[in-house]
Amino acid sequence: MTILSTVDLEITERLVANRREFFRSSALKLGALASAPLVLAMASQEAFGQDLPQGIVDVLTYALTLEHIEDAFYRSGLEANGLIPDEYVGIFNQIGKHEAAHVAFLTTALGSAAIERPALDLTAGGKYADALTNFDTYLTLSQTFEDLGVAAYKGQAGNLIENDDILQAALQIHSVEARHAAIVRKIGGKKSWDGAFDEPMTKEEVLAAAGPFLA
Amino acid sequence: MTKDLTRRHVLKWSGAAAGIAVAGAVLPNFGISAALAADLGEGDVGVLNYAYALEQLEAAFYTMVIASPYEGITEEETSWLTDIRDHEVEHRDFLKEALGEGAIPDLEVDFSAVDFTSRESVLATAQTFEDLGVAAYNGAGKLIENADYLLAAGKIVSVEARHAAAIRDLVNPSSVAFAGDDVVDENGLDGAKEPADVLAAADPFIKTEVTAMSLV
Repeated sequence: MTILSTVDLEITERLVANRREFFRSSALKLGALASAPLVLAMASQEAFGQDLPQGIVDVLTYALTLEHIEDAFYRSGLEANGLIPDEYVGIFNQIGKHEAAHVAFLTTALGSAAIERPALDLTAGGKYADALTNFDTYLTLSQTFEDLGVAAYKGQAGNLIENDDILQAALQIHSVEARHAAIVRKIGGKKSWDGAFDEPMTKEEVLAAAGPFLA
Repeated sequence: MTKDLTRRHVLKWSGAAAGIAVAGAVLPNFGISAALAADLGEGDVGVLNYAYALEQLEAAFYTMVIASPYEGITEEETSWLTDIRDHEVEHRDFLKEALGEGAIPDLEVDFSAVDFTSRESVLATAQTFEDLGVAAYNGAGKLIENADYLLAAGKIVSVEARHAAAIRDLVNPSSVAFAGDDVVDENGLDGAKEPADVLAAADPFIKTEVTAMSLV
């Protein structure tokens, strides 16, 4: 599903025609016309990824890598027979739906610069050998990925400060990851939070944690 | 000083009001005393005051919830809502300290629309505040110039999102409500609201006249 599939075709065509002008207008004006995602989708239509500063491409590529891991993790979990108890299938479906949407969204935003899904090892080299057979392990990993995602996006906000539309979209993903983390923690019998403030993580810290899941 | 006070009379907080005020027009207030008025200010101070106003609202709300628990509240609910109250108080105090002398005064709140004896009423209000808080921070990030402030806002907003999810799960247990299709769109994006829209939504709960003359 592409982002543009949700948008009225006629409006899309009209906006695409005025893309350059459109993208320059103020956030307030944009709010009246279209959401930031639409702007992003439109902007990426003609290889906007090539126009993005390398710094932003790097952040989005990093985000896309994490989203690919999450997307694959939930797809695999939902396909593994008997792994997820019936009462939680709906919740994990919802989470998986969002991660798939994040992959699609970032892929569109990056245009020709978007990476394919990397090769993954959800057992992290055997450390979590029962990742897809033991729900407790699966839940632990789910919480890890979600909390990691929250910390990762938070750590990159400053690097997106010059691009209002991309910053806002990243923040909108960031809080969805936090909602996911909250429910997964609750299913695991924990509080949904760890204090009043969520701390960021650097790219290096996040990749050190996520690295074992990249094959 | 007199001029300042007059300018603070400027109308309720809405995008339209902000636009008019920026243009320099001084409009009559609506019978609310100047002592109870506050303008959020400009730039990053304005954004932080905006967040501070919302955190004041949330902190006041959960303080009431814990002080006068609704009928049939469970031990678990008390524990979770107490945590949330403590978080909101920490957010409020953190922003107040960050703002220093630039902080707006304490706001007077109006929870007359909330039935604090009713679980349904309290949790529905909590859900409104949490979702609104998330959308407010998400929409305000782009207005922040200083990366440290942006990070500080980021450290708060994800906790608000955790609250939102937890409250939503109390209202609709074990459902997809925690991140329902009513708040997360088809691109997997959470809400983002402009200050004018957030302030209009918060307005019924705040007695103090708050203007956002520069925050559009």
